[in-house]
Amino acid sequence: MSATGAMSELDSTLFDPAAPLTPSGRLRRRQLVSRLVEGGHTASALLAVGVLAFVVYSVASRGASALSIDFLTKDPPLLEGQRGGGIAPAIVGTALMMALATAIAMPVGVLTALYLSEFAKGRSARVVGLALDLLAGLPSIVIGLFVFGLLVVGNHQSGFAGAVALAIIMLPLIARASHEVLLLVPQGLREAADALGVSRWRTVRGVVLPSALGGILTATVLAGARAAGETAPLLFASSIYANNVSFDVFGHGLANIPMYIFKASEAADPYGFARAWGAALVLLAFILIASLGARALLSRSRAKLAR
Amino acid sequence: MSEGVRSARTAIGLAIRSRTLYARLRRALRSSDGIGDAALRGLCVVAALLAIVAIAEIAHQVVSGASASMSRFGWGFLVHTTWKPNFEVFGGATFLYGTAVSSAVALALAVPLGISIGLYLATVAPGRVRAAVGPLVEMLAAIPSVILGFWGIVVFAPFVQAHVEPLLHGALGFMPIFGAPATTGASVFTASLVLAIMVVPIVASLSRDLFLTVPRELSDAATALGATRWEVVRGVVLPSAASGIVAAAFLGLGRALGEAIATTQMIGAGSAIHASLFETGDTLASRIADQYFSATSRLHVSSLFYLGAILLAMGLLANVASQVIVHRFDARRLATR
Repeated sequence: MSATGAMSELDSTLFDPAAPLTPSGRLRRRQLVSRLVEGGHTASALLAVGVLAFVVYSVASRGASALSIDFLTKDPPLLEGQRGGGIAPAIVGTALMMALATAIAMPVGVLTALYLSEFAKGRSARVVGLALDLLAGLPSIVIGLFVFGLLVVGNHQSGFAGAVALAIIMLPLIARASHEVLLLVPQGLREAADALGVSRWRTVRGVVLPSALGGILTATVLAGARAAGETAPLLFASSIYANNVSFDVFGHGLANIPMYIFKASEAADPYGFARAWGAALVLLAFILIASLGARALLSRSRAKLAR
Repeated sequence: MSEGVRSARTAIGLAIRSRTLYARLRRALRSSDGIGDAALRGLCVVAALLAIVAIAEIAHQVVSGASASMSRFGWGFLVHTTWKPNFEVFGGATFLYGTAVSSAVALALAVPLGISIGLYLATVAPGRVRAAVGPLVEMLAAIPSVILGFWGIVVFAPFVQAHVEPLLHGALGFMPIFGAPATTGASVFTASLVLAIMVVPIVASLSRDLFLTVPRELSDAATALGATRWEVVRGVVLPSAASGIVAAAFLGLGRALGEAIATTQMIGAGSAIHASLFETGDTLASRIADQYFSATSRLHVSSLFYLGAILLAMGLLANVASQVIVHRFDARRLATR
């Protein structure tokens, strides 16, 4: 083929008015690659959701058969290898420890957030922020070792020690999330209060906190949902406990759901396994409902503040 | 005239009197306000200090608990593999190795997957799907590790042992890390898979947030030049988020290093280093969780604290690295704006 022939052929492919308006050749390959890669992204998102569904389904299907009123209100059997019984002591113990941990972590966390949003400047804010991030990133078993060294050695395990460990886990989560909500409170509100001659603490009490309250509460619920499933610190703080419902927070270790599941999973008792699945279902249901609900509320209160 | 002056005088007098009254009232109010302000400020400072004190006190407790073992074994603890409580000989190298390997495998799986999910959420998914899938992926991080570990050992590990491990052994068996599957489901590999499940939501949600903050003009410009969607991602979105992704990976590493419960349940508490991932092993965190009850002597407990101190140092390093990268990243971004 001569050069002029090739030229005219090229011309005709370039300027052919009758050619369809669809990509061909190289462009088509590029678009195919793009579509394939995006298919890969979609598949990995599906995989993650699939794993979540698989875990939830496994727990729900195995736990549902153990679930009953008795399961929620009775003590577990005294000996291993017995059928029936419930996890009432673990439910009560987890509830008590969570309440105590929240009572410790929430005031400290909210005050820290207030410090960051209202008082701190520059360097001190950075240092406190770094401390919070490090605290949040600490392996929970190290927090367990800390509480063990601080409260348990030379003393004894107690629900209180467990609550302190959980509070340390909740603190950075509450402080960080509350700080974010406080930053959303419009600066104009604070300036209006300043212009009226209102003192700082009255502004905080009367204006800033009320408008951030929803966000702070949901942050606390989210932190609680995270802490409720923590097992490693309780191993040191509250893992030796009696077989019945107890409200004695300071006297001895309190039964709790995560520890119950952990112990049952390490033992070879089929009935214990069945109860552990039931306990896992109770815990998972609480955590998923609390965090999904809190998330929905959080986005609503944020939208309200951002308006 | 004089009438007017007098009334003006009384008015002024009244005004002065009321001003002094007002000033007194304000002073009284201000002093209580002053107390309130100072009290609030003081409380806030104390609370903020508490966070700093907590970090310092945690480090202090762990190191002082480990001091007996530290003075006995010194740095050699980090390289000796013997762990024999009966003979009072302790070395942490096996667990350092187990931690490194399980975290590395978990990250190798979770980081690409997490980035991919982040890209799906930020660039592919339509708005409503994104609003539904995003929280679901984050829910994966809300599952307690004890439940994930329990599920892992009862449901997941038998499946992996029966189907995935023989497949990998058959295809890639020439590499020593893919040896013959062990007899029980407990192995470093299954533990790493469960760790990956925990790390994926961290990387996914952080990288999604990063991708969403890439300036719209940049990707629009690339699209206008004729780039396909994947070329926009590869050429614009990924490079401008790269250091943030590294920071997210470090956060994920911190999570994988420190996980104690799920690994204890799944890794099989082996006391030797195996080349194959399908054999048992043990990590720093899971050895502490596993042997805390059976600790026989003070030196044994102290050695467990030594493991904890190593873990603390590694966890802090991973987090600080992530922070440093994020701050440099932010500074660079602000500078280019």
